Amino acid sequence: MGLLIALIALVLIGVVAVIVGAPLRRARGARDVAFAPERDELEAAREAKYREIRDAQLDYRTGKLSREDYEAIDAQLRAEAIAILDQLERLTSKDA
Amino acid sequence: MAGLGFACLLLALAVCAYGIGASLYGVRSGRVEFSESGRRAVYALAGILTVAFLVLELAFLRNDFAFNTVADTSSRTTPLLYRAAAVWSSQEGSLLLWAWLLSLWSSLALFLTRKRLRDVAAYATAILLGFGGFFVSLMVFYANPFATTHPAPPEGVGLDPLLRFPTMMIHPPMLYSGYTLCTIPLAFGMGALLARRVDADWIKAIRRFSFAAWLFLGCGILLGARWSYSELGWGGYWGWDAVENASLMPWLTGTAFLHSLMIQEKRGMLKVWNVSLVLATGTLAIMGTFLVRSGILNSIHAFGGATLGVPFVVLIAALLAGSTYLVVSRREMLRSEHRLDSLLSRESIFLANNLVLVGLCFVILWGTYFPLISEAFTGHEASVGPPWFDRYTVPLALILVLLSGIGPVIAWRRMTLASARRNLLIPSCCALLALVVLLGTGVAGDKSLATAMFCCAAFVLGSIGQEFFRGTRVRRALAGEAAPLALVALVRRNRRRYGGYVVHLGIAVLFVGVAASSSFQHASELGLSPGQSTRVGAYTVRYVRPTATLTPKYDAAHTGSTLSLGAVLDVTKSGHHVSTLYPSEGFYASEEASQGSVGSLIAGQPVSHVAMDAGITRDVWSAIAPDIEAPALQRIVQIGNKTLPPEDALVALAALARAYLQHPPVAQFHFIVSPLVMWIWLGGLIVVGGALIAIWPAPSVVRRRVAVRSRVRAARGLARA
Repeated sequence: MGLLIALIALVLIGVVAVIVGAPLRRARGARDVAFAPERDELEAAREAKYREIRDAQLDYRTGKLSREDYEAIDAQLRAEAIAILDQLERLTSKDA
Repeated sequence: MAGLGFACLLLALAVCAYGIGASLYGVRSGRVEFSESGRRAVYALAGILTVAFLVLELAFLRNDFAFNTVADTSSRTTPLLYRAAAVWSSQEGSLLLWAWLLSLWSSLALFLTRKRLRDVAAYATAILLGFGGFFVSLMVFYANPFATTHPAPPEGVGLDPLLRFPTMMIHPPMLYSGYTLCTIPLAFGMGALLARRVDADWIKAIRRFSFAAWLFLGCGILLGARWSYSELGWGGYWGWDAVENASLMPWLTGTAFLHSLMIQEKRGMLKVWNVSLVLATGTLAIMGTFLVRSGILNSIHAFGGATLGVPFVVLIAALLAGSTYLVVSRREMLRSEHRLDSLLSRESIFLANNLVLVGLCFVILWGTYFPLISEAFTGHEASVGPPWFDRYTVPLALILVLLSGIGPVIAWRRMTLASARRNLLIPSCCALLALVVLLGTGVAGDKSLATAMFCCAAFVLGSIGQEFFRGTRVRRALAGEAAPLALVALVRRNRRRYGGYVVHLGIAVLFVGVAASSSFQHASELGLSPGQSTRVGAYTVRYVRPTATLTPKYDAAHTGSTLSLGAVLDVTKSGHHVSTLYPSEGFYASEEASQGSVGSLIAGQPVSHVAMDAGITRDVWSAIAPDIEAPALQRIVQIGNKTLPPEDALVALAALARAYLQHPPVAQFHFIVSPLVMWIWLGGLIVVGGALIAIWPAPSVVRRRVAVRSRVRAARGLARA
């Protein structure tokens, strides 16, 4: 029984070493050149902005916003969305 | 097999140490392969702890009493399902459950964020492995679940009778899932601060995990309340017990975070609030775990003889110090990108909401730790009870429910007074109508706080109903769909908004149940003999006859009791039969030899088995405390102790049971008639439903289509302007 437990433990150690060591075997000394945190941030901001635009539409249609307020907010949100999209496009051309 | 389990713990500790080092080295040096390796260490930890958990679970299922935890909390007569759940009924087993759930949830979070937030995720990996290493260290050095005794005892002590209840099987996994999920936003929050990336991305990554933590914690709290009400024999569902409070506090700060993260996503505001709330929620979750295991505060929920206080104090101190340093040192990048446009805006309501929730949390924190605080300053341990908590939490809860009705009808950014008046009209009318009905029917009476809560709940119902009605109307106008289809489509396209509305509705229903059951309850405690009756509210309860059940063999409810004495109660209202109740009290064996061979069979802590008739409008609840100390019954025990060998002791218990049936002494009864208790559980179910709607991801195809359309529309709109 003790031998069986020792064998299982050894197998477990081996499996762990393989799983954990796999990235180290694949890329020795490689630096993270493909990491683009700015893109991730901008994409998150873009999705949040689209959600804001939809929320403003729903607020207006369900009577929470006056027409004047909605048009002002909508224009502002769309301008902010375009600015984010422009930044994303600039990043894409830079990467290309 | 115990050796394999302990070997897993040692391997887990080594993996945690490696993972922390690899992640930190990877993120500091930019060598992504080390960060990847650190992330995989979390997956490996989950695998190792799964093996360890299986080893312990198998030991319970196989009745391997060589394992100390199995011998202390299980027995051959414990039913299979309770035996499987008994793993987490001990300090050691529950630590293993905690660490295992932490590793599983951490693996999921890091897998889902493997392609983004690499620097933030690397720091989060190190922090999560730090937590994992902490809990594994506790098991290795303080409370080993794989400790054994040789030779193994032939039988175990059995599961605590109080835990032999279906909801207790799932309550700890739910609660621990909530606690462990709370550490994920904390880890990512700290990671965002360390990586100096405190914008929308990390918030987006942890939003669902924050919601899941809130949901699991909430379910765990409700299941615990249900257990208290149905099992503990005092008739209540919330006693402001220290451990109950410890689970409520992170839930409150988590609720605040879920609201204010929306503001950061939309407006780039409240960044300091959000990181502080996330760090506070995670720290409070650790403090909740600490309370159960340190023995510093008295609680029915605490593990007996707990001695893990010092390591937890060190961890909590490190969390508090680290969190404070990070928030203060990064305050410049946490400045809001915008300011509040208007006080009449959803952002303002959310801010007010947060202040109330944090205020509630502070009140509960003060009241919970007051015994320690008073002892530190005066040398005398004073405590505060339910009346103190109620005095401060009830008004705050009223404001909270009211805000949950106002928020949905107020627009983001700004709203005109005229629009606000128009949108608040129907909810206000609902509240007014409720007030008129309550006053007119005499229900209000002198219960001003309960009346206020009912009116606030009516306000919420009006507000949410209005939102669903108007939204469905808009959808019908746009798509030409029938009302039911339009409603479904509306919710599908706006899951976060309408799921949140359903949650608000559930909270209002829950608070109606709390207000009604606590303010309009009728209770009676008295002694009755068979044939006697008493009045409880509008109901008459008659003690028909006694009952007695002998040995676990006849124990259909698997309570494990040796002897169960009870009563048959007939409940009527205005002369009409309502229900028949069968409350009982179970008497359990004790290991104290001084009680004698017969006495020791029933000398253990008795446990009340409540009987109730639950309905949508009221619960009729009953508990009995039979007088087993009556001279006639004790005489049987004494004679049996003197004359019977241990193997024949049950004969004396059979005689005792017969004597109880033939000449029952006066039994003490506790009756409660509580209106609307079921609304608490129904409200909880509505909250769960709403949370699931809000948390459910939209299909990625729909997301891409919406993104493209939105871009085109945004451009067109800008061209028009």
